[in-house]
Amino acid sequence: MRRMNWLRSTAASAVLAVAALGGLGGGEAAAQGKQLTLCWAAWDPANALVELGKDFTKQSGIEMKYEFVPWTSYADRFLNELNSHGKLCDLIIGDSQWIGGAAENKWYVKLNDFFDKEHISMDDFVPATVVGYSQWPKNTPNYWALPAMADAVGWTYRKDWFSRPEIQSAFKAKYGRDLAPPKTYDELKQIAEFFQGREIDGKKVYGAYIFTERGSEGITMGVTNVLYNYGFAYDNPKKPYQMQGIVNSADAAKGLEFYKELYKCCTAPGMTNAYMQEGLDAFKSGQVAMQMNWFAFFPGLYKDPNVGGDKIGFFVNPAGPKGHFTQLGGQGISVVATSDHKDDALAYIKWFAQPAVQQKWWQIGGYSALKAVVDAPDFPKSAAFAPQFLESMGIVKDFWAEPSYAQLLLDMQKRVHDYVVADKGTAQQALDLLVKDWTKVFKEQGKEVASQ
Amino acid sequence: MTTILQPDHATIPGVNKPVKSRAARRVHGLSDRTIAWLFVAPTIALLLAINIFPLIWMIRLSFTNLNLSMSYLPLRFVGLDNFRDILTDEDVWFRLQTTAQFVICSVALQVVVGFGLALLINRQFRGHSFWTTVILLPMMLSPAVVGNFWTLLLQPQIGPFNYLISLFTGVPPSSFSMTGQVSLAPWTIVLVDTWMWAPYVMLICLAGLRSIPDYIYEAAEVDRASAWRQFWSITLPMTVPFLMLAVLFRAIENFKMFDMVNLLTSGGPGSTTELVSISLKRAAFEKWRTGYSSALAIILFVTVFGAANIYVKTLNKVKQR
Repeated sequence: MRRMNWLRSTAASAVLAVAALGGLGGGEAAAQGKQLTLCWAAWDPANALVELGKDFTKQSGIEMKYEFVPWTSYADRFLNELNSHGKLCDLIIGDSQWIGGAAENKWYVKLNDFFDKEHISMDDFVPATVVGYSQWPKNTPNYWALPAMADAVGWTYRKDWFSRPEIQSAFKAKYGRDLAPPKTYDELKQIAEFFQGREIDGKKVYGAYIFTERGSEGITMGVTNVLYNYGFAYDNPKKPYQMQGIVNSADAAKGLEFYKELYKCCTAPGMTNAYMQEGLDAFKSGQVAMQMNWFAFFPGLYKDPNVGGDKIGFFVNPAGPKGHFTQLGGQGISVVATSDHKDDALAYIKWFAQPAVQQKWWQIGGYSALKAVVDAPDFPKSAAFAPQFLESMGIVKDFWAEPSYAQLLLDMQKRVHDYVVADKGTAQQALDLLVKDWTKVFKEQGKEVASQ
Repeated sequence: MTTILQPDHATIPGVNKPVKSRAARRVHGLSDRTIAWLFVAPTIALLLAINIFPLIWMIRLSFTNLNLSMSYLPLRFVGLDNFRDILTDEDVWFRLQTTAQFVICSVALQVVVGFGLALLINRQFRGHSFWTTVILLPMMLSPAVVGNFWTLLLQPQIGPFNYLISLFTGVPPSSFSMTGQVSLAPWTIVLVDTWMWAPYVMLICLAGLRSIPDYIYEAAEVDRASAWRQFWSITLPMTVPFLMLAVLFRAIENFKMFDMVNLLTSGGPGSTTELVSISLKRAAFEKWRTGYSSALAIILFVTVFGAANIYVKTLNKVKQR
């Protein structure tokens, strides 16, 4: 009995000691200040965000910690974190396609009440970014994120090559028109064919760089830029989830064929599994005349000592026979529902939404979605690519943002890569199989899928 | 100066007597079996926690519709639906076929190259240790490193591999892509895997070769058996059990190959090199189809387990001969 008492008193002392140490730890933490962890992809704008965040720390005393993951494992890493209700991230800049799953699974904090309380209005942001990054269900006033990084696919070209008189005259002799940034995909293909294999400054160059990556989202984010403009849509706007004849329409098949032709005729050898970084490398090394890539990289390219400045030009994704659209990129910033520091995270969002902060965000390499910034009269002159960015944000379309987006995306990756890179089947067959895959996914999700 | 006085043990009564500690007294009286159980209990607990429990949990999940990206949907028991979906899916069969081709080709090549290297290394020559180390280097590297640097080596424009081929064949280096062409990509993953793992087969074969007693060769020489005859009648039969062991190890490893192939080709071009392990990873951790991927994992486990069992029985029979 005495021994039991001794055990009890020892245990009680231990508990008290732990509590005391905990208290000490807490006090120490309070003395050191609060901390927030922000999760995003590892790329140029993330560096700009680190710079911007220093102002927040100065004002609030809250230390910012960052968890940046390369794009190729960004979705895997953070969706795993969110799925497992982890506490790594307090704030997350999640991809636009995650919004459906994040809202339905309650991974993100719903921001409506917070926006109302802090007088943050979504009307102050570019409409496409609000629909793309914040709303779920789409086009309803349910907000799960603040538009943080506006982005879209755009093109860069070698302005210095385009302006050389001998190249100009050779192009005019061949095609009967001046060599200028293309307005349509047919023009783009002509220019790409013209440059393909041409020798410039003693070096063999290639026509165009386009996305072909297989593993994550690359080839889908590339091919949709052509598909949209050839008449592809995800479903019937009047009958949601009705894809038969829409996804695999004859026009969409023509668009897919065009992307394959462009890949076959005019890309550099070995570009069979290439995404953002490979495009940047190809352009910076002076290998290609035109490059498809995200606007987010353009500030860095413009500053590049070898191909930037006067040597680089920018153009909007060209139009196709059935329309003029471009693929939406970019992300919204959300508060993770499992965070222990939600109030501090909301304070960061409140700070980030301020016009002065958004203005600085744009100036240091981020892309603001705030109308006060992008609609300002001097905005088009604020950067060499600003006019193209502005135009692109007016014509964006996004991939599915359903909770099952990952399955839908991987199915498209497979079908498109099988056809474009691996020469398997026809474009029509690839899209027919895609409709079959997507129908299965939606049915598993419990959606009604009309066949006609 | 401080003098520290050490206690004189001899003067402390009872110090030199063997004293049984409290713990020792407790252990005293336990049977050997109980003590053995006490020793293995932590390992068994760990094994149950990290191997057996997840396996049972996975079997349970394989009969459900669980999709982690849609965890708000009600969890339903779907019986054998996942297994039926997998076994009737053409794509899964195609992935299994691709995996089987990869396993057969790469293991066969590794055995030939590994055995050849072992025969060479088994002889004593100058620089023997140096060359052994050089040959063993690839298997000491991480598959992620191998995948990344072979990606660079095989790059059609700057990679030296294409230039080397061009040197011997005259084919322009940038006219073909080892990882990007449907006809070449499957052979590329076989080539890289062989480069990395043939040394491992060599090590196993070397152990086999060194276990053959010299007197057998001496007897063969007395009988004037040619080197070729010695190889066929002594060397090969006596190293077959080792070779079979190497085949077993490599086949199991290659069946679950993921990292190197994922880095080299991501399963492409298209789905040409998409091994079943890549499909499984995509289903489980990219599509988040937990129920489906659990069923696929079970099918693969049963396949490998069954094949390995048959193989081990054959191996034992060979050893007994």
